[in-house]
Amino acid sequence: MAFYFVQFLTGLASAASLFLVASGLSIIFGVTRIVNFAHGAFYMLGAYVAFTLTERFSGALGFWGGIVVAALVVAVVGVIVEMVLLRRIYHAPELFQLLATFGLTLMVEDLVVLIWGPDDLLGRRAPGFKGAVDFFGQNIPTYDLFLIAISPIVLGGLWLLFQRTRWGVLVRAATQDRDMVAALGVNQKWLFTSVFALGVFLAALGGALQIPRDAVHHALDLRIIVDVFVVVVIGGLGSIIGAFVAAVLVSELNAFGILIFPKISIILVFLVMAVVLIVRPWGLFGKPEAAARRTPGLSVNPWRPLTTNERWLAIAGLAVAAMLPLFAGNYALTVGSEIAIFVIFAASLHFLMSVGGLASFGHAAYFGLGAYGVAFLAKMAGLPMIVSLLVGPLLGLVGAAIFGFFAVQLSGVYFAMLTLAFAQIVWSIAFQWVTVTGGDNGILGVWPEKWAAGPASFYWLSLGIAAIAVAILRVIVFSPFGFALRATRDSLLRSEAIGINGKRVQWTAFVIAGTVAGFAGALFAYLKGSVFPDSLGISLSVDALVMVLLGGVETVSGAVVGAIVFKALNIWLVSQTDLSKLVLGGFVVLIVVAFPKGIVGVLETIRNRRKSSTSESSSKSSLATSRIETAE
Amino acid sequence: MRRSYLLGAGLAIAVAGMANAAMAQSGEIKIGEINSYSLLPAFTEPYRKGWQLAVEEVNAAGGINGKKLVVVSKDDGGKPADATTAANELVSSENVAMLTGTFLSNIGLAVSDFANQKKVFFLAAEPLTDAITWSKGNRYTFRLRPSNYMQAAMLVEEAAKLPAKRWATIAPNYEYGQSAVAVFKKLMSEKRPDIVWVDEQWPPQGKIDAGPVVQAVAAANPEAILNVTFGADLVKLVREGNTRGLFKGRSVVSFLTGEPEYLDPLKDETPEGWIVTGYPWYDIKTPDHDKFLKAYQAKFNDYPRLGSIVGYQTIKAAAAILAKANSTDPEKLIAAAEGLSMPSPFGEITFRKIDHQSTLGAYVGKTALKDGKGVMVNSVYRKGTDYLPSDAEVEKLRPKD
Repeated sequence: MAFYFVQFLTGLASAASLFLVASGLSIIFGVTRIVNFAHGAFYMLGAYVAFTLTERFSGALGFWGGIVVAALVVAVVGVIVEMVLLRRIYHAPELFQLLATFGLTLMVEDLVVLIWGPDDLLGRRAPGFKGAVDFFGQNIPTYDLFLIAISPIVLGGLWLLFQRTRWGVLVRAATQDRDMVAALGVNQKWLFTSVFALGVFLAALGGALQIPRDAVHHALDLRIIVDVFVVVVIGGLGSIIGAFVAAVLVSELNAFGILIFPKISIILVFLVMAVVLIVRPWGLFGKPEAAARRTPGLSVNPWRPLTTNERWLAIAGLAVAAMLPLFAGNYALTVGSEIAIFVIFAASLHFLMSVGGLASFGHAAYFGLGAYGVAFLAKMAGLPMIVSLLVGPLLGLVGAAIFGFFAVQLSGVYFAMLTLAFAQIVWSIAFQWVTVTGGDNGILGVWPEKWAAGPASFYWLSLGIAAIAVAILRVIVFSPFGFALRATRDSLLRSEAIGINGKRVQWTAFVIAGTVAGFAGALFAYLKGSVFPDSLGISLSVDALVMVLLGGVETVSGAVVGAIVFKALNIWLVSQTDLSKLVLGGFVVLIVVAFPKGIVGVLETIRNRRKSSTSESSSKSSLATSRIETAE
Repeated sequence: MRRSYLLGAGLAIAVAGMANAAMAQSGEIKIGEINSYSLLPAFTEPYRKGWQLAVEEVNAAGGINGKKLVVVSKDDGGKPADATTAANELVSSENVAMLTGTFLSNIGLAVSDFANQKKVFFLAAEPLTDAITWSKGNRYTFRLRPSNYMQAAMLVEEAAKLPAKRWATIAPNYEYGQSAVAVFKKLMSEKRPDIVWVDEQWPPQGKIDAGPVVQAVAAANPEAILNVTFGADLVKLVREGNTRGLFKGRSVVSFLTGEPEYLDPLKDETPEGWIVTGYPWYDIKTPDHDKFLKAYQAKFNDYPRLGSIVGYQTIKAAAAILAKANSTDPEKLIAAAEGLSMPSPFGEITFRKIDHQSTLGAYVGKTALKDGKGVMVNSVYRKGTDYLPSDAEVEKLRPKD
């Protein structure tokens, strides 16, 4: 009995650090609607700065002072980030801020290694909390007791702050309806900055408090960020109590789960999230989102199919790309194939995001399923390449059909997180089911047959499939189905009122996107000759998101450009420097500031502006759209 | 869309330009090297220093049959797919004579499969998985570091002497941890049929929630514990274990913990008396090692880690193979490497013909605290030759070429 009680306390202590970071994320999201990917980076910075300060100043005052000062220092960094970077892009399309914070995260990962060195650092133990207390023969670390105490204190402090101060009232108001708060004359700039500072402070405090029991190293951010997102979503976005309950729930389930299933930790949080979201689509304590006043994917420039001239230009461009093998070497052709594959992948996600308004955070699942489908068919069934290439992606289709059915019942960030949960579940199956998938050692020897083995032939194959995939997706966008899908995106209620079965349309779109991603994965398996669980992983899903956002989510085919730029740059940087993350992150941040609608989005805006100055009729329409913008 | 294709074409031209720039010059021999520099800097930085020292020494001694040795190094970011891209660049654009390096097992396997497909010689430096020389071995792939099996066999020899009968295991939940535990259990149960395995914990790699894990192991009340976690996970495990008294009165056997990479971060919290494999550079008094140590410290003003040894010996071995083959033809390189013996800081090693595994060994000893730092004491060098299964068994494990 004593053991179970102690295990319960241990779970509570683990919950404390999750809660601190999650509450910060939840507050920031609630008010600013920013999905702050850099939250883990601030957590890590908190740990590093606290390490330096506590090493420098000894004694109880030095330690506790160091922890608090570290959190304050990082909060100041957060304020600078908010004022210099995020303020510029609040009016960018939804999720675009994710791109900026993703760039920051990449930079911080390399910067901490440059500043603090590559070795794992061991922080001091907390003065006065070094040992353990005996509880019926079980040892409970006193620091755990301290952590268990701190989270209710923080929770209470936040409650007082939000319920008893004017600032708190404003924050709650902004969480509910920030347009109304702005209309009432509240200075949103400073409200956002202060909220961001508080959120970052909590993240950094969570990191700093870990130094007596953890090692400080440059991968801390990734270790926590996904779990924290999950906790926030389980609890319900913007709900502090929810974050607390979810952190406790997840930690306790883990603490007791490992007693029965020692391998459960790897997947537990995602299982919990999937179950919670299916049963309660807005998390445990979240409220259903009010019908969006702002149309999520509203494009200022109405979409239109390519004109005849533009079609010819596209074909000419394709022809030029097809001539690459005439003058490029094997390596360039292989890189070209990889870029073409990622064009397919990004285009499939772009279809889902821009046309359907459904931002999937787990799109790699269908890419990876396609890759594994090919590997199974080619390696185990011994089928010829053409057959594998055509049938393998159907595994992606099946996965998308199953998961999509549940996912489209939700919307917004909840939809995104459910897709992430499904992707992680698929990933962990591939990772754990060693006898079938080979686990993390993957499936080797998936090489193309002779006719496609040469770099040039494989390049043509990839380019051809990419061109077909992009063309088909465009045809779908301008088909009746595409219009129906856009209608569900722009207003689910109105579209259903005119007889469109919204969920079914979205589900179909999900399956289409998943299947196209499966084709990309199938080609990828043959390009690399092997398949690993990585191809289902979070980082690949994030890469796809970045490509779409980089190209411009409000365009028809921006992802094509996004994929080419991001992938080419990534491959080139990884080859040229060990600091590729720093440079790539810096580049992403620059792009975000320079092209707040994505590369293609901004180019289109410029072109439209130029046109409208020459033609009378379009100036009217631009007047109309600008009126829509101000109305928002 | 139109713009995208133009952009693609422009980019293609740029990429093509890069590709042809790096043709191999006569008078030098290029080796391609791939490792997870950005993902695992703590281990790959000393490794890089090690091979840089080796390159310097090889060239100071006249290069390879008069030709200058050049190493072209690439980062794989910890992703198998990126490693394949890097391997392709090295082979297609840089025209390297052979590939070397890699740290993570899955990346080692991806590159080894690439080498097999493209018929390129590959000398795997650090990956520990048994698959790379056995179940997924191929004739183009050789491996330097003592494998999972060998390290397990060295530890089992000591562990079997312990009186403990009730054993628990803690290992990261991925292939390395799984196969380390499986081999250890198998060999241990052969030597000691009286042993019972009372608990196993599988925290996710890099994400251990150490408190509950320690508590769960303690609840099973084992007499001895096998640990396979390393890096930041090990630090967390040790800290929680120390505070909660998990290691008190229990024997612990631990993979790799004696390597400075993993032992040094534990500082004054290093648990004493663990039986570990590792690299006690401060305690090795052989002329071979002295020479290496002096040269390393003189060049970098730092002490070597195990990675330094691996990096150094990888390039030394590559140079020896190239010199003996006197050619860059992969078939001749394989012929030269099979059965080739050479000196190393740990004494003479041989690349076995039967499975392409080197006989580099490891030091087995006990952890101790000295001046607030973790060290290995009573260390003994275990030769790799003595801890490999019989030839008949190896032949069963390895697919026929």
